[in-house]
Amino acid sequence: MADALRFRNDDPIEEPAVSLDAFLDQDGASAVRIEAGDDPRRLIPHLARVKLVEIGIPRFRDGRCFTSARILREAGYEGEIRAEGDVLVDLVAFMRRCGFDSFAPQAGLNRADVDAALSRYANVYQHAADGAVPIWKLRHG
Amino acid sequence: MYKYDQYDQAMVDARVEEFRDQTRRRIAGEMNDDQFKPLRLKNGLYLQLHAYMLRVAIPYGTLNSRQLRKLAEIARKYDRGYGHFTTRQNLQYHWIKLEEAPDILAELATVEMHAIQTSGESIRNISADQYAGAAADEICDPRPWAELLRQATTFHPEFSYLPRKFKIAVISSKEDRAALRWHDCALRIVRNEAGEEGFEVYAGGGMGRTPFIAYKIRDFCPASHIFSYIQAILRVWNLHARRDNIHKQRMKILVHDLGEEEFRRQVEEEFQNFLTLGTDFPQAEYDRIAAYFTPPPFETGLSEDIDRSDSAFALWVDQQVIAHKAPGYAIANISLKPIGGIGGDVTAEQMEVVADLAERYSFDDVRVTHAQNLVLPHVRKADLYAVWQALDEAGLADANLDLVTDVIACPGLDYCTLANARSIPVAQKIQQRFADMDRQLDLGELKIKISGCINACGHHHAGHIGILGVDRKGTENYQLLLGGSGAEDTTQAKITGPGFDEDGVVDAVERAVERYRELRDPGERFLDTYRRVGFDAFKEAIYG
Amino acid sequence: MQLLTGNDLKTGAVIWWTGRGWSLHVEDAADVGDQGEAILAAEDGARRVNGGYIITAEDSASGPRPSHIKDRIRALGPTVRPDLTLKPADPAAGDWVI
Ligand code: HEM
Ligand code: SF4
Repeated sequence: MADALRFRNDDPIEEPAVSLDAFLDQDGASAVRIEAGDDPRRLIPHLARVKLVEIGIPRFRDGRCFTSARILREAGYEGEIRAEGDVLVDLVAFMRRCGFDSFAPQAGLNRADVDAALSRYANVYQHAADGAVPIWKLRHG
Repeated sequence: MYKYDQYDQAMVDARVEEFRDQTRRRIAGEMNDDQFKPLRLKNGLYLQLHAYMLRVAIPYGTLNSRQLRKLAEIARKYDRGYGHFTTRQNLQYHWIKLEEAPDILAELATVEMHAIQTSGESIRNISADQYAGAAADEICDPRPWAELLRQATTFHPEFSYLPRKFKIAVISSKEDRAALRWHDCALRIVRNEAGEEGFEVYAGGGMGRTPFIAYKIRDFCPASHIFSYIQAILRVWNLHARRDNIHKQRMKILVHDLGEEEFRRQVEEEFQNFLTLGTDFPQAEYDRIAAYFTPPPFETGLSEDIDRSDSAFALWVDQQVIAHKAPGYAIANISLKPIGGIGGDVTAEQMEVVADLAERYSFDDVRVTHAQNLVLPHVRKADLYAVWQALDEAGLADANLDLVTDVIACPGLDYCTLANARSIPVAQKIQQRFADMDRQLDLGELKIKISGCINACGHHHAGHIGILGVDRKGTENYQLLLGGSGAEDTTQAKITGPGFDEDGVVDAVERAVERYRELRDPGERFLDTYRRVGFDAFKEAIYG
Repeated sequence: MQLLTGNDLKTGAVIWWTGRGWSLHVEDAADVGDQGEAILAAEDGARRVNGGYIITAEDSASGPRPSHIKDRIRALGPTVRPDLTLKPADPAAGDWVI
């Protein structure tokens, strides 16, 4: 995953991600892959041993990945959440807000484009998984 | 009316620049249409029959004169001098160039308007009762909640790529003027026994090829937690909807597949989860928004008298003007359904006339209705005559609100790529057939709604009489439906039988209407008679 | 005959393949035989057309007439606004559509 875009300072996990079923079947794995359609909450009891969650994105219009990532962050997971598959630069900001912190797109992403997309909106209207302060809070101090 | 602060303005300004960049990338070939389409749809830009089409949001159907003048200016400068009001409080321009679309969005942003999330698989423009803040029967003005939810659902990171579109409507009266239960998520403001404000919540409605009327999922959701509750609904749907068949991805299908009880159970569970996340907007933010919707400074001691000596004016008053909550004031409906015209279409000049009238006579306030008409919500009774005269001069003084000629029609095959048949010519022929005013008044309330294909943009499922355009071996054909309603007595219309050609369907409508005249009891509307005597009596009249 | 049509990428205008380029007028449209897919792929790639597709049409004295009403409305303009069609001055233009 040399060309993955990471927004983390820890070392990349080299262990290949196994399917959710395989992960739940064995005790040793620490990298797991969630496909669109998998129930992310099945992972919650096991988060202590997870270091990497790779979320598969079959088509960028498939918005399940946003919910999957956010649910894991809500459950307190702090390890890496990687988006793998059809990642469009225009969606990266939403993904970051939902808890994704690394990207392994099929058709590479240009870092400069990503940075531009991430800095486009100075503020956000609502809470998500990223700790950004919503506008209503800025308004009322 | 709500006013953007620096944050709201920065948001729409950034959006314009983002779309400018996306458009540039598309034109430069850095993106193909598969990639670009979902992005342009998030900005209301479709490719239609003759050009691109831009759908502009009119949040909760409220406009001021500056905005309406800007819409007129855009119509003149970038389109062909007119716009089309839709059944969901949006305005559509049908002759837009892709290369100019970013400039139009920039112009809209100067008057606090946008096209954000007016199409695509996102949370759409939130619609509301067009008489909000003026209706005598409302509990409170629903628009502060609609605005709060507009902000809460704008660029929502988790729910911007939903399985399908998601439409929300908000009202606060018993009478439903917003086709509430035809929405994915419908909110009615109520008070509980303790006198607290909250929402009755309905879920899973929608038209299209598989119509469903929303069911009541919760009797009472405390107002302060409504955003949590909506997010819970969205999350259950987003996780569990089918993604393999675009026609089965609307929330109504999931509700149907899971069953109402199970869907409710899952939403309640997710609601409890959201409550722990603290995502609801605080009371202070509601109060800040609500302050923009305080009633205008109504004068007191005004006369209730209306001089009815001009009979044309008197007719207009009887048909278009309804009671206001403030003494001495009235709500004036403006018909966009001239006989033989194009329903919902307004020229730039007409927009400017209405803008002037709003500024002068209605506290700078104009409303847009789901029936494709306009409203001046706060007119002094003493000013009605002057308003009527100005409307008359602009060709806007038809007196047909809710009558047989107040037809809702989608653009149909004259403009829409998805159409099977034209809608507008059928509407025009029906109007011409029933143009006689005495006949219209005799028939009373009769809502005819026409869609050019199964997507049901013209609400044919909710028509007292509905008409659906179908393709019969390459020629236009029309099915007739009876017994639908988009009001508080919501029902789904039923198809009568084999379809008709264009003239045939107009004849069939007339036969149904004549049967109603034979069968009606005093005071009954078409819909009442239909419900009382049943489908067969009408079917027999239609098919002989 | 087989025609190629679509919309101009930048303006959205309805366009017809003439054999060498694109025209706003269906009268200029050329029969593409079995070459439609290949031409479309090239033209789409060159960003000269958006949403292109192949249709059937009948040849007539006044030029090709698309078989489906939808494409005839595209070729002329909205039947309810003759003033906005390509032939605003011709009161009979609409008859060609129906
Ligand atoms: C001309 C361009 C338009 C296109 C391409 C278009 C497309 C569609 C489609 C595909 C649907 C079905 C959605 C679904 O079942 O999931 C739909 C539904 C709808 N559209 Fe349109 N539409 C257009 C114009 C309009 C106009 C002009 C109106 C208002 C007059 C309108 C109002 C609606 C409404 C109310 C629905 C039903 C929503 C529901 O199913 O709950 N649309 N539209
Ligand atoms: S109902 Fe069909 S024909 Fe009418 S506007 Fe909607 S998609 Fe187009």
